[in-house]
Amino acid sequence: MKQNWLILGGSSSMARAFARRVAEQGADVFLAGRDMDDLRRMATDCHLRGAKTSEAIKFDSRKPAEFGAVYERLGKQDGVLNVAVFVSSMPDQADIDKNPALVDATIADSFTGPARFLQGFVPMMEERGSGTVVGVASVAGDRGRISNYVYGAAKAGFATYLSGLRNRLTRAGGHVVTVKPGFTDTGMTWGIEGMFLVASPDAAASDILKAVAKKKNTIYTPFFWRYIMVIITHIPEAIFKKMSI
Amino acid sequence: MRWKTAEYSGWGRVLKATGDIARPEKMAALRELWKDVKAPAIGNLRSYGDAALNDKGRAVDMTRLDRLVTFDAKTGLLTAEAGITIGEITRTFAPKGWIPAVLPGTGFATLAGCIANDVHGKNHKAGSFGQHVTNIELLGANGRVRNITPGENTDLFRATCGGLGQTGLILSATIQLIPTPSGVMEVRESRIDSLSEFMAMLEGSTAEYCVGWIDAAVNGEGLGRGVLEEGEISTHAPDIALKKSKSIPKDAPRFLLASPVVRLFNHFYQRRVPSEGRKVKRPMQDFFFPLDRVHDWNKLYGKPGFHQFQCALPDATAREALTRMLELIADSKQASPLAVLKRMGAGRAGMMSFPMEGFTLAVDFPNRPKAAQLIGELEEIATHAGGRLYLAKDALARPDIIAAMYDELEDFAKIANDVDPKGLLVTDMVRRLKLRDAG
Repeated sequence: MKQNWLILGGSSSMARAFARRVAEQGADVFLAGRDMDDLRRMATDCHLRGAKTSEAIKFDSRKPAEFGAVYERLGKQDGVLNVAVFVSSMPDQADIDKNPALVDATIADSFTGPARFLQGFVPMMEERGSGTVVGVASVAGDRGRISNYVYGAAKAGFATYLSGLRNRLTRAGGHVVTVKPGFTDTGMTWGIEGMFLVASPDAAASDILKAVAKKKNTIYTPFFWRYIMVIITHIPEAIFKKMSI
Repeated sequence: MRWKTAEYSGWGRVLKATGDIARPEKMAALRELWKDVKAPAIGNLRSYGDAALNDKGRAVDMTRLDRLVTFDAKTGLLTAEAGITIGEITRTFAPKGWIPAVLPGTGFATLAGCIANDVHGKNHKAGSFGQHVTNIELLGANGRVRNITPGENTDLFRATCGGLGQTGLILSATIQLIPTPSGVMEVRESRIDSLSEFMAMLEGSTAEYCVGWIDAAVNGEGLGRGVLEEGEISTHAPDIALKKSKSIPKDAPRFLLASPVVRLFNHFYQRRVPSEGRKVKRPMQDFFFPLDRVHDWNKLYGKPGFHQFQCALPDATAREALTRMLELIADSKQASPLAVLKRMGAGRAGMMSFPMEGFTLAVDFPNRPKAAQLIGELEEIATHAGGRLYLAKDALARPDIIAAMYDELEDFAKIANDVDPKGLLVTDMVRRLKLRDAG
């Protein structure tokens, strides 16, 4: 059965690595995002790597009125519909503290925008009785920390949404993979201080594809972040509230 | 664009730089950045010395600009962004029947890095990398983008190939791939017992790809002994799976490269090939990029790092010069097991390109106090022999030696200073070797 992958946030480095891998497996690839020039370049790249159909699609998570065109385009495809959500934004917490409007933007980009999009997309998957949703959340969503709690809250909300969506889609024959990356060497983390155990976007993409194949529910990438987060979530709040990690 | 302040170094890890690095994820981000800041480009930092360093300055990391742009399956012309690695091009296109016409010794080198250093391969007859480049999209220090070709912009093109990034930022390039019947090499390995045998075998070989490992730790009767590998791409062999790559987790201890250990290793490394030679099949990547499977192998030299001396020598003086060099190296007890002797073709694409018709010797030395002195002596021999040092490997040479070896240096400097009058793209190597002072 033909596989179609819709990739939201197709310009990010993790999305690029993921798109290339599914292209090499012969899937049709749809790169969705705002920078059409870059998405078109990336679509050509995927085509040259093996995707028979590879297209750039305009998508802005803050403009739900435009989602219809995306549904319509993917609806025309035969085979299995899959979607991978890489969109999000992570402003400096200090900037958010200065400008509270950034709270709305962060949550729209990382949670409500993608959730609203998926609400419209998932019925098409249910109808076909197949397909996988990959949702990229974050270890930052496992516990709110002083350095990026708005971003963390958005990702926590998205992770909870994905968990419910999995509950729903599983009974229709589909699946949802929640991905919680640790520090990944992307444009978003470049030059930020305090990074450690930084993994490459390509390693993350490889982990995600394995999780899709094995129908894993929630993965941490690299895997050891699961254990780091077990420790972090178990620090008593009385102590945690005084820490800055 | 966020800048990251980092310490970085060339592959040899002897010379280091500290500065702000930007890493655009897409072309639009680079163009935005270029409005405010002009800085030299860096790639995967596989040149050994300071060719890609800009201490106390800024640099633009191009590794994320790595998209395939166009490919014509009829002609084999590929256009790709600057930061794609040569290994990635090979991995992607070999199964479709195409590979780059010239492959350097590491697949981690970027496309633009291969052009900026005009690298060569194990197939000396094919010439240098730049000779298979048909177009370069160059972002100038003046902010303008130009497409330059060898026919229409000959001077600028020749200053860009091997030009160490001094004429502008390479955004993308078009290269001519060559057809490959498979992804497997059929390799004939022969044990070589002396330098004259080695040179004769290299000269006489009809194989498309040819490379010699030389035991640089032995003097006297065994001088110049080693193993010759002659490779042809198999016309029929089914693919061989690549073994998993490994990485070196931390700096190795010093005794690993102590002279007796190296001598012992070299002895067995040569003897692993039976005296009558043998034929083996190997995945293409293992033949062309033999060390890439061990990530960060430069850490085997420990924290102080290492130097590579690589020179090209003309046929007329090669025998005498190589003999003296190998004697000096063996007596010094400084060599590591990594030493390569190859035939070199005359093909070169740029004013500052390394190749010349003859032989090329490359030897790695752990960075010990004696190494620099020894390399200085080797450079003297190369200079007197009319040879040339490879800038992609160099960390120690003096400006006068390089000026004597590169007779188009003045033309190169003029063009670089013309297109980048403020010297915005100058790197540590250009400063150290005064490569743009002559113009």
